[in-house]
Amino acid sequence: MYAFIIRRVLATIPVMGVVALFVFLMLHLGPGDPASVIAGDYATESDVARIRARLGLDDPIHIQFLKWIWSLLRADLGISIFSNLPVSTLIVQRIEPTLFLTLTTLGFAVIVAVPLGTVAAWKAGGWLDRGIMIFSVAGFSIPVFVLGYMMIYGFSLGLGWLPVQGYRSPFEAFWPAIHHIVLPSVTLSMIYIALIARITRASVLEVLEEDYIRTARAKGQSETKVLIRHALRNAAVPIVTVIGLGIALLIGGVVITESVFNIPGLGRLVVDAILKRDYPIIQGLILMFSFVYILINLGIDIAYTVLDPRIRY
Amino acid sequence: MRVTSGRNSKSGLAAALVLAATLLPGQPASAAPETVLRVIPHADLKNVDPIWTTAYITRNHGYLVYDTLFAMDENFQPRPQMVENWTVSEDRLTWTFVLRDGLKWHDGNPVTAADCVASLERWGKRDGMGQKLMAVKESLTARDDRTIELKLKRPYGLVLESIGKISSNVPFMMPERLARTDPFEQVPEIIGSGPFRFSRDEWVPGSKVVYTRNEDYVPRSEPPSFAAGGKLARVDRVEWLYFPDQTTAMNALINGEVDYFENPSSDLATILKTSPGIVVEINDPLGSTGIARFNHLLPPFDNAAVRRAAMRAMKQEDYLQAAIGIPDNYSICYSVYPCGTPLENDSGSDIVSGADIEDARKMLAESGYDGTPVLLMQPTDIPVLSAFSLVTAEKLREIGMNVDLQAMDWSTLTSRRAVRDPVSEGGWNIFHTWWIGAGALDPMANVYSGDPEKGWFGWANDPHLESLRTAFAFAGDIEEKKTLAAQVQDRLYTIGSHGNLGTFFSPVAYRDNVKGVIKSPVQFFWNISVER
Repeated sequence: MYAFIIRRVLATIPVMGVVALFVFLMLHLGPGDPASVIAGDYATESDVARIRARLGLDDPIHIQFLKWIWSLLRADLGISIFSNLPVSTLIVQRIEPTLFLTLTTLGFAVIVAVPLGTVAAWKAGGWLDRGIMIFSVAGFSIPVFVLGYMMIYGFSLGLGWLPVQGYRSPFEAFWPAIHHIVLPSVTLSMIYIALIARITRASVLEVLEEDYIRTARAKGQSETKVLIRHALRNAAVPIVTVIGLGIALLIGGVVITESVFNIPGLGRLVVDAILKRDYPIIQGLILMFSFVYILINLGIDIAYTVLDPRIRY
Repeated sequence: MRVTSGRNSKSGLAAALVLAATLLPGQPASAAPETVLRVIPHADLKNVDPIWTTAYITRNHGYLVYDTLFAMDENFQPRPQMVENWTVSEDRLTWTFVLRDGLKWHDGNPVTAADCVASLERWGKRDGMGQKLMAVKESLTARDDRTIELKLKRPYGLVLESIGKISSNVPFMMPERLARTDPFEQVPEIIGSGPFRFSRDEWVPGSKVVYTRNEDYVPRSEPPSFAAGGKLARVDRVEWLYFPDQTTAMNALINGEVDYFENPSSDLATILKTSPGIVVEINDPLGSTGIARFNHLLPPFDNAAVRRAAMRAMKQEDYLQAAIGIPDNYSICYSVYPCGTPLENDSGSDIVSGADIEDARKMLAESGYDGTPVLLMQPTDIPVLSAFSLVTAEKLREIGMNVDLQAMDWSTLTSRRAVRDPVSEGGWNIFHTWWIGAGALDPMANVYSGDPEKGWFGWANDPHLESLRTAFAFAGDIEEKKTLAAQVQDRLYTIGSHGNLGTFFSPVAYRDNVKGVIKSPVQFFWNISVER
């Protein structure tokens, strides 16, 4: 097991190298020029050229790449072209809101979706099952930004219960932080509730057909015990997989949610950087996201062994 | 030597004392809650050096933190700001400026003439008007701690207009140690002498910028007027909260979570107008001018007759209706200088005022246009410019041009427009933008250049236009300037420099407890108070 983890961690190095090369080439060979954005609409060509020279953007592309890799090897993600602040500082400033939003969303989604999916499987074909599946289809179908605006209209502007926007740190003020994160989390979680509930339903439904469930029932175990101890546990592997995939999807989903609810997170940082061609930020963030994605996959693989002792690496 | 400003140090000191006395009762008591103005700015503040970049958001940041020697008032006249009095020699070659007493940087050090000399020199390496001023400079020195002396090689007509210019790059003053920074690199610290201090520790790029009141600031005694006059910090903090989503920004204003929304889109402004407790108004009297810029180097727009045929098709109403939509938020203006400003005129403007498709079709037929495709760059991430592009594409097709409309984002467009190569090698034929009125008040704006080497993208080549602009720069009085400005405009239309698509105005919206908003082409945050 430990050998497997070490192998997987070491395997991230070439993967990250490929990601780094790909991201760099994609950005630098694509159209767009931060120097033009900096210089502004009234600038002359010579202004733009001088800014480009100062930023090192007129160096040959392989030199630029080597400089960046050399910085990375020294754990330096570089300096933002526009704000002149270290990329690491910008990421640190933004990581907490994104992490808080992601965790509360996932937590809420799992707490709601797994019981919903289990109950739907248990009552398969009944009105409760159909109701949950209708809710699930709706959760999939309504775009995050539409749902977000509906939530804001109802709970903020209409009832006045929750703020329209903004972020508060839970480390500074816990309840105001919860007050601010409720709408974005609920909005963002809808699609994951739908996804996880459907997978849970399908997995539990499949397990409920197994002989050992029949045996458990024959032994006189209560339905609750049968569902939770026998059915849900054995259905856990696909559910955990989809939760893991959901984290990766969340990285994309937070971009819209952070914009709609004005949360200063990493999603907005990367979008802003792309629009301005702030290369160091884009490169740093994509590398970081890739690394997180690899770690999540590793975590899921390890979780499999815990949930299903038959799985060995 | 003659004194052209009657003010002297004693009267300046007296005015400051009177002002301080009148202000004191208005200052919040120590126990009073902190007053905060929460603003949704028009863009995210990505960089904080207003000399390094021309971004308007950085210019607005500059006005909070820095001060200027001169500043433009609502009559478009440069007025002393940090300067107490100034003189010019009879031969108009030596200009002397004496700083107001008691000016301090945010780090507590006194403002000196040497600081201002270094600041002007740095600005003069980046700004177009600054470069022209420096080109006629014989010397620029600090005669003593408070006296700046500018000696010229020949009399120049735009000395005060240059150092008092209202829009980017504004010649903001900063300490000499920072002003010595290479102008193509950002200053490492933001230390000004303006009415607010930049709170660097609280700056979260892409989200929040905080300014705190500069208790040491001594405002002028005159009432505020554009960038000139007294800059009274009436709140303890100004917080810029950047919203990437306009609808959320609107909802936050309605819900009272912010106080001021700098640039709501026209459709949202219409909703806000009907919301209780919200004021929506046009604060910028000059607005912005829509532009269709031709590439003068490449066919078919290397032919002035083709350019003029295209201009003839560009009816301003059609563009403004498509891009802005709400008649209150746009106006027809055929002058290349903003309407309502001293240099507004109608010289040569028949080509745009009589826009007509049939006429344009005839002009194109007579121009010798051979069907060469026109590559039109459409920035889809900027709704106004995207709409302008679509209207132009339709109009050019209507008159018989072969248009290749290419969608891209603004960042791609800004890099591609710098390419002089043929279209097949990454070049272009036409794109759209807008120029804010405050940045194009006179012929010296780079966008009016006829110099293909140093001029603006599109590279108009017209030595006669350049000679007229040069004559304007050295003109002595306003009547002569008006005559030359009209000749420049006539020449711009004659050579088909660019399409003039009319003027549009961006509204601001704020809660009705916000008082003291200054009407100006630039957004200022002094004089504004918030009644809680």
